[in-house]
Amino acid sequence: MDAFETVRAARAKDRPTALDYIGGIFGQFTELHGDRRYGDDKAVAAGIALLGPMPVTVIGIEKGHNTKERLQRNFGCAHPEGYRKALRQMKLAEKFRRPVLCFVDTAGAFCGVGAEERGQGQAIAENLMEMMTLKVPIFTVLIGEGGSGGALALSVADEVWMLENSVYSVISPEGCASILWKDASRVREASECLHLTARELFSLGVIDGIIPESGGFSKTGALIRKQMERFLLEACQTPVGELLDRRYDKFRKMGV
Amino acid sequence: MIKRGLFRKPKNELEGDEKLEKRPAPNIPDEMCLTCPDCKKVLFTGRLPDSCHVCPHCGYHFRLNARQRIHLFADPGTFAERDGNLVSRDTLSFPGYPQKLEQAGLESAEKESVVCGECRIGGRECCLFVMEPYFMMGSLGVTAGEKITRLFEHALEKKLPVIGFTVSGGARMQEGVLALMQMAKTSGAVKRHGDAGLLYIAVLTNPTTGGVTASFAMEGDVILAEPGALIGFAGPRVIEQTLRQKLPQGFQRSEFLLERGFVDSVTDRRKLKALLERLLLLHERRPCDGCL
Repeated sequence: MDAFETVRAARAKDRPTALDYIGGIFGQFTELHGDRRYGDDKAVAAGIALLGPMPVTVIGIEKGHNTKERLQRNFGCAHPEGYRKALRQMKLAEKFRRPVLCFVDTAGAFCGVGAEERGQGQAIAENLMEMMTLKVPIFTVLIGEGGSGGALALSVADEVWMLENSVYSVISPEGCASILWKDASRVREASECLHLTARELFSLGVIDGIIPESGGFSKTGALIRKQMERFLLEACQTPVGELLDRRYDKFRKMGV
Repeated sequence: MIKRGLFRKPKNELEGDEKLEKRPAPNIPDEMCLTCPDCKKVLFTGRLPDSCHVCPHCGYHFRLNARQRIHLFADPGTFAERDGNLVSRDTLSFPGYPQKLEQAGLESAEKESVVCGECRIGGRECCLFVMEPYFMMGSLGVTAGEKITRLFEHALEKKLPVIGFTVSGGARMQEGVLALMQMAKTSGAVKRHGDAGLLYIAVLTNPTTGGVTASFAMEGDVILAEPGALIGFAGPRVIEQTLRQKLPQGFQRSEFLLERGFVDSVTDRRKLKALLERLLLLHERRPCDGCL
């Protein structure tokens, strides 16, 4: 499978969404709504759930399954209020000492007049800053598309994992091709150049591991759960200061 | 094709002919004069630095390179550059990137899209970073991210405020996700600096977009903007293409952001140094440290 085929697989309509995995992995997921500032962005689903016996905060970017759901969820493209809703839940997690588990699947933060008026850039920037020093463990898994700043806003985590057929990129291959070569049809080439597959990103040190998808939805869910449990077992025993230093150093070294 | 009005003579001397008036006399070389892109008046290039490269007639802010900005805002002779020898690498073997870097170096006479250092402003010590518009449109790559991160870490160590001028098209796509990660990295450094009770002033200049807006540009304790600067996450062309609608006038300009509450002040470049000096002064002493 070449890079562009992976992009297609990551975008496939029948791919399980964040809420599918959340339903499969956690018990008693209790969704909590709103950013307390402007509205409730349905592109982001957030709440509290149980992972085994442990209460955790769960945040997912949700694309929806059919046309009606997708329209409602804005195709998984969050507005600033989506990122602020996520941050509010993270702050609550910090208060109640709950780990944060994120599921990312977005083509990117929404580009629109309202999103700009309400500070899309500011909302993402604030998440990046706050996540870096959030005093509870954070684990992110990319389950489909990891589109630029919109994906990064939930991915400043102690560990970032990717599903085998997910992608993570600074720009969509279409965007890259049309900006660089003024030719949107060169997406295949752009997909190669961007190094956006899980395997390439693992070798660049950007992600911490890859979860195979060959076993189907429930097997993949079980593997995600296994990694989350392993991570939490380690992270919950690490002193907060050390956890934060490690998180900082991990991003500090990227690309250098 | 015959130009309309070619044979029309000015009715009298006072009325003149606009078109003729605008053309510089043939014996004046091009470099001596330039036309303001906004009000179209002819300006003397040599006089432009006196007005901080702002059109004295209409207030249009000309684009500045990093060194011109440092010259304008740092106290004379106080700027000491840091990490000036760091250069970008083509880690992903991205087609055409080495050539782009070389060309950017020639166009800007800089090695990277940001210049960092220490200086004094109004006599007060601070760390300063200035992004370079002529180096790949101030794009944020690994090296630029590294330089800015190092500057904030240095400022934290020396307990200095940071002033940063942003101008950027966003993350540098030739460095892929590694460029994206610089947003997280710089944000972490800004946060640590801020958590130590230190001041960071961001000055947004035309244009500040994409990954830079979604990271350190919007993370200042105080955020200033030059008039008329384009500031946003998504570029206006991207939004127009996505929504297939024309954007309202003034959309994503400094004044628009001020109205929406995302910047503290839109300040004319000619008054900016004074404002920076005042802000540094106002943050120098803390009431809780015992001066009350």
